[in-house]
Amino acid sequence: MYTFSNRLKIGSFIAMGLGLIFLAIGFVSAPSTVEEAKAIVASAHGDGHGGGHAEATEDHGGDQTHGEAAAHGKEASHDEGHDASHDEHLLHQLQNRPWAALYVAAFFFFMIALGVLAFYAIQRAAQAGWSPLLFRVMEGITAYLVPGGIIVFVILVLSVLHMNHMFVWMDSEVVAHDELLQGKAGYLNPTFFLIRAAIFLGGWIFYREYSRKLSLAQDESDDNSNFVKNFRWSAGFLVFYLVTESMMSWDWIMSLDPHWFSTLFGWYVFASMFVSGITVIAMVSIYLKSRGYLEVVNDSHIHDLAKFMFGISIFWTYLWFAQFMLIWYADIPEEVTYYVARFQDYKLPFFGMLVMNFVFPLLVLMNSDYKRVNWFVIMAGIVVLLGHYLDIFNMVMPATVGDQWHIGLPEIGGILFFGGLFVFWVFNTLTKAPLLPKRNPFIEESRHFHY
Amino acid sequence: MASKVIQALYNDDDVLMHAVKKVRAEHHHIEEVYTPFPVHGLDKAMGLEDTRIAITSFMYGCLGLTVAIVMMNYIMIEDWPQDIGGKPSFSYLANMPAFVPIMFEMTVFFAAHLMVITFYLRSRMWPFKKAENPDVRTTDDHFLMEIGVHDNEKELTDLLWETGAVEINVTEKES
Repeated sequence: MYTFSNRLKIGSFIAMGLGLIFLAIGFVSAPSTVEEAKAIVASAHGDGHGGGHAEATEDHGGDQTHGEAAAHGKEASHDEGHDASHDEHLLHQLQNRPWAALYVAAFFFFMIALGVLAFYAIQRAAQAGWSPLLFRVMEGITAYLVPGGIIVFVILVLSVLHMNHMFVWMDSEVVAHDELLQGKAGYLNPTFFLIRAAIFLGGWIFYREYSRKLSLAQDESDDNSNFVKNFRWSAGFLVFYLVTESMMSWDWIMSLDPHWFSTLFGWYVFASMFVSGITVIAMVSIYLKSRGYLEVVNDSHIHDLAKFMFGISIFWTYLWFAQFMLIWYADIPEEVTYYVARFQDYKLPFFGMLVMNFVFPLLVLMNSDYKRVNWFVIMAGIVVLLGHYLDIFNMVMPATVGDQWHIGLPEIGGILFFGGLFVFWVFNTLTKAPLLPKRNPFIEESRHFHY
Repeated sequence: MASKVIQALYNDDDVLMHAVKKVRAEHHHIEEVYTPFPVHGLDKAMGLEDTRIAITSFMYGCLGLTVAIVMMNYIMIEDWPQDIGGKPSFSYLANMPAFVPIMFEMTVFFAAHLMVITFYLRSRMWPFKKAENPDVRTTDDHFLMEIGVHDNEKELTDLLWETGAVEINVTEKES
């Protein structure tokens, strides 16, 4: 049995506490009136635009008044072009920022658990021989589906209740003046949206809990009936998952830009969650090994997970590029706006993400021997996870906060809070059952697995 | 120069694997093993070095990528620039997304084909080459282990019978 080390537990609590404080600061400092919003943007100009250049002017200190004067000049000239609706738009963007930061982090960690659930179901449905030793690790990670899914659902409910302006199509004022949204209202309306979300989450959580129950029952049983049942449920779940995951990505992410659509968006989000999930399986397994647990998990298992990290990273790039190239080439205004927004205002996270999610794993994980070096897999995994956080960031932020993005307190707070909760929940679940399944029919094959 | 070799035939891959390990443990040098199918783990048991073909593959891939970039730059930018889909070919970088599929395909093409050719050459297999296979049964259901003889024929023969060989021949081999 695994015991949750105190250091890790305290670490996860500290991360959650710090994250909560940072998020609270983000919510408190969000503007509540148009004037405050304009003041924030003006002072941001004084500090240097867009966060990236902020340090340069902050170093001067004494030059602050000069910077402000310049910003005022700029603002004054802007104001002539501004009308009231533009200012309100800016206010909504700034008010959205802590919400979007919360949502990105909540979704990111939730999606890791969901990606692992898909990987787990594939192992079950394929009756894979190499992986049963890792089933308890996967089940531990998928346990986060319950709190993570509920939090995402609550955020969606709060959005429907107009606590934020992330999903513009939820605003009946906007829909009233938008023929395209009226046309989509049969699908894209708050009630049906929440019903769908409840069905998706209910189905995923049901499979996770039921499969876990069968998996534990298999340890104590004297035949393989639980194993066979688990196989059938997993195959059924995969069908359900492929449809619902795709719809979830339209609902929860693509509808942030309700005029824009991409037919392979579901696959694209799937690739992101799949590679993040596999990376986390590898990292948790390596961590447990380093603490003296899972001693029968050998380098070949880690090698296989690293192969998946490598392969799915390339799969992700393939889908990313397939989506990008067609839109870039066709250059249809309603499609291409999506990328124009990202090229103009999100250069660094957008291209940084490509380097972290494609170039880096391609070069670093190509060599077969490196995939067996555990600390190397951990290092690569950290970069891949950060890269896929940025991927979600790039999906959500342009539609919600526009050019008012920063990676500041609320964003880091979101990562800390949900990261802490994730670690706490996952490792707490790992203490609940023996780390090695006893009576899985493939356990001997998995034990002797070597490539 | 002709050298004297001993050839032991086996009819089971497990027996062969044990025989290889035993012969190696007795410090005899196994020159070659002929099998009708790839035997998993045989390379490690024989103590063969790891293949370096992955490194050549990486280099061929880089070569293919370079060829694709140079080729597309010449064709589409320098020699005959066209305006395709409202995207005039002024610079390689600005039109790069259109060339990515070609860059990818050429990388794969070069890596795959040159790697196969390298493998054939390194294995000394070229057209019209006479087969080195000493016994046609190794293409059917027999496994053959070949060991060089250095005045220890009797000792080797005894050892090989002990490991479960079904047939042992001592022959002169051209090399």
